[in-house]
Amino acid sequence: MQLLQILWERREFFATCLLEHIRISLTAVLCAGVLGIAIGIWISRHKKAAGIVLGIINVIYTIPSISLLGFLIPFTGIGNKTAIIALTVYGLLPIVRNTYTGLTNVDASILEVSEGLGADKRQQLLGIRLPLALPVIISGFRNMVVMIIAMGGIASFIGAGGLGSAIYRGITTYNMTLTAAGSLLIALLALLSDFLLSRAEKGVNRRYGIE
Amino acid sequence: MSKAIEIKHCRASYGENEVLKDVSLAVEKGEFIVIIGPSGCGKTTLLKLMNGLVVPTEGEVAINGWPLQKEDMVAVRRRIGYAVQGAKLFPHMTVEENICYVPGLEGKMPKGEKRAIARKMLNMVQLPEELASRFPRQLSGGQKQRVGIARAMAAEPDILLMDEPFGAVDEITRKGLQEELSTLQRKTGVTVVFITHDIGEAFKLGSRILIMREGVIWQEGTGEELRRAPKDEFVKRLLCL
Repeated sequence: MQLLQILWERREFFATCLLEHIRISLTAVLCAGVLGIAIGIWISRHKKAAGIVLGIINVIYTIPSISLLGFLIPFTGIGNKTAIIALTVYGLLPIVRNTYTGLTNVDASILEVSEGLGADKRQQLLGIRLPLALPVIISGFRNMVVMIIAMGGIASFIGAGGLGSAIYRGITTYNMTLTAAGSLLIALLALLSDFLLSRAEKGVNRRYGIE
Repeated sequence: MSKAIEIKHCRASYGENEVLKDVSLAVEKGEFIVIIGPSGCGKTTLLKLMNGLVVPTEGEVAINGWPLQKEDMVAVRRRIGYAVQGAKLFPHMTVEENICYVPGLEGKMPKGEKRAIARKMLNMVQLPEELASRFPRQLSGGQKQRVGIARAMAAEPDILLMDEPFGAVDEITRKGLQEELSTLQRKTGVTVVFITHDIGEAFKLGSRILIMREGVIWQEGTGEELRRAPKDEFVKRLLCL
């Protein structure tokens, strides 16, 4: 009850936080998505680099998020920009790994047939490899989106906006309801995004005849 | 007139393992060549030399009189049909998209043209036109194989390479497919190189039969010639004589 009450009473504050949270997450999702798929495609063509690149991304992933934010402050200062960079870097792992796995696990005999029929490298990538890898890439993408939204909560510790502000303010003022309300909204946002993406995933699978 | 396919003293290997040892072969336009031989004798490698999927370590391959070169490989392949065992259709494409794959590689095609090609090819391989919108997983083995042949023939190639295309279908379907391929070949005059395990199929289809063993062409000739004068015990046993 208290929770609903606070959400209603301070609806403008929460709405601002929510929009800011969506804005930060969406920017990071787009950056990580584009960058991650590009890196995934590149390492699927350069197998020697794949191990190294995945290793580096894995190591970055193990750095605690709060300290990554700390490391970035001297370079990019505090605020949304730093938050977006950190979230992008974290978001890379699932999307790079899934793009790479998806692209390299395409049935070799099918690729050979397309080559034998006269597809060039680009046509193979766009027409065969990527579409067949798409379900795996999308599942990595879902993973990434949920992670970025959830992790967006701590971005306000370095002065970025978003629903983390509500959580942070709640902690510093011993207002547990405020913290809970912020967390709830983050969880709902993540769940909703995941749901929408799962619908998109089903749609894609149906389009490509994989079910 | 230049030969459809000419292979001159070609060797090919996978790593240390030499799978083709000095093979030479000339295929006239309109011939139906069948290659038989035990597993691992180099049949598939020989076939893949012809569309550049295998590059010879030594020797030369020429298609319609032109030596195969890396630069124009893609263009040459589009003029050569390729069908393999199990069809290997693209699972994310409908039957129509599969059939129109090769013509589509040359550039985007209008919908009407795609439909027309798909319809024509489905008729050619004796499949109902309604299948055009299905996905490969909704087809039976025999239907897949037919679509595979339709895909290989859609750009009206003058050479058709087939690697055990009927290997994975039941006996009755296979008989039907053989008849159809035979008719198709006579009608279009396409040059066919066909690999099989099935000796009956080889005699039935081939205007010339190549017997391979351990990376060389062991004996070749028409079915009649081979039956009359098998070279040795190996050929006798292989042909069940």
